[in-house]
Amino acid sequence: MLIKKPDDIASSEITPKSAYLTRRKFIAGAAAASAALAGGFYLRQHLGTEDIVHAGGTKLSGIVKSPLSASEAPTSFKDITNYNNYYEFSTDKYEPNGLSQNFRTRPWTVAIDGMVKKPKKLDIDAIMKLAPLEERIYRHRCVEGWSMVIPWVGFPLSALIKAADPLASAKFVAFQTVVAPEQMPNQKQSGVLDWPYVEGLRMDEAMHPLAIMAVGLYDEVLPNVDGAPLRLVVPWKYGFKGIKAIVKISFTDSMPPTTWNRMAPGEYGFYSNVNPQKDHPRWSQASERRIGEFRKRPTLMFNGYADQVASLYSGMDLQKNY
Amino acid sequence: MKPLPEKFIRALKVPVFLLCLGPAFVLTWKGFHDGLGANPIDVITRTTGRWTLTFLLITLSVTPVRKLSSLTWLIRFRRMLGLFAFFYGSLHLMTYVWLDKFFNVHEMLHDIAKRRFITAGMTAWFLMLPLALTSTKGWIRRMGGKRWQKLHRLIYFSAAAGVVHFIWLVKADLRRPLKYGAVLAILLSYRLVIWLISRIRARRALATQQAASA
Repeated sequence: MLIKKPDDIASSEITPKSAYLTRRKFIAGAAAASAALAGGFYLRQHLGTEDIVHAGGTKLSGIVKSPLSASEAPTSFKDITNYNNYYEFSTDKYEPNGLSQNFRTRPWTVAIDGMVKKPKKLDIDAIMKLAPLEERIYRHRCVEGWSMVIPWVGFPLSALIKAADPLASAKFVAFQTVVAPEQMPNQKQSGVLDWPYVEGLRMDEAMHPLAIMAVGLYDEVLPNVDGAPLRLVVPWKYGFKGIKAIVKISFTDSMPPTTWNRMAPGEYGFYSNVNPQKDHPRWSQASERRIGEFRKRPTLMFNGYADQVASLYSGMDLQKNY
Repeated sequence: MKPLPEKFIRALKVPVFLLCLGPAFVLTWKGFHDGLGANPIDVITRTTGRWTLTFLLITLSVTPVRKLSSLTWLIRFRRMLGLFAFFYGSLHLMTYVWLDKFFNVHEMLHDIAKRRFITAGMTAWFLMLPLALTSTKGWIRRMGGKRWQKLHRLIYFSAAAGVVHFIWLVKADLRRPLKYGAVLAILLSYRLVIWLISRIRARRALATQQAASA
């Protein structure tokens, strides 16, 4: 197939004299580029001007500090808002911030339905007054192997559930993201994910004091890129459980479908608890890269919240119920 | 078409070489200027990976473009382009070995055995290695043109392994890796068609010969 007439690639054609020079330059260039790359990275780590806390968003008032906050240093506002999965906007982590700038978060209502005493619609501004706003500094572990420390502002999910008034027979709570293809470019594409994005929790998980509805970040109104106006945060689970831009909350007695589980059931389970012993089939979950740090750190069971949440899963085989 | 003068080709190699180094320079510049975002290692990994595939595809398109356009002098750039694929592939591998695994051999062996996308990526790099090593004039002479060319067809498998590596690592949305896959499919089908045509011709020639001698 490729065996050509000799005149096509005479060996004198293949290596002209200049090639020796080129090759030498190539090796030198390769070495220089490698060194420069390594050097550049080193400098960024050690001399970088980082952690400029952003100002400019709308401040939230009356925020109380929570004893449930982690004591670790929060990741910078810039990194939290510019490195983020929000597949409705883009599958690239750097793009959602720009693409979500004009996303409309008002008017916004959240439908409550399913096994509740009375289905209803709650306005976002009423939801934000259901309970005092708290600062909750939580570790955030993405299923992809990176992590952050995020100063959320929100209130316990249990307060919203109380307001929703579910029946005693409700066993699960299901969440749904808005469908707004004219604002969310990937909702117009096929082959990304099935829209709308749906997530769910077992009722006892949802009622756990660590599970919150977030409406803010760094004392400001939640940026669009992080799921404004209302998102779920469950710090002992992988980040994708934290469904964004919620428009519907339903109560059921059977396990609700979840988007990533439907997409790849062998890779993402319903629970999706952070578990260093249970690898993702395609990569290890034993360690993580904390954004801003150079070396990886070990991933902790339940993302370091084992003392508070391990009892929710006592007697369960976490290798099977991933 | 008249062949390009030797002087011109030699002169052209310099800007082409610098252009090929461009992505590495941009990455380095960004590294120095806080331009790599929140997860620089992730950006370095992705960028070097994408350029490895890109250079593999550019290298593989030299022959079809040359044949279809009569720009025969393009062959003079093929080795440089192929070596740049190896260069970016090696940077990509180094990012994994150094920045991701910190030279932890045990962990890497475990990864290669267990994670199929790493297996595919490693395969792609190891298939490029003998090609880079035998890219010199001396090796062509030592091996003989035909054998050398046979060996260098490993690039087809390396590029295919590279695309599979990309497909297997994405979580959802295969559009990006499939774009590379589509270009590779076109470049490889071109060769398949040429090969089939030459086989049919050879058979016909043989048949005519036999008919004549009978």
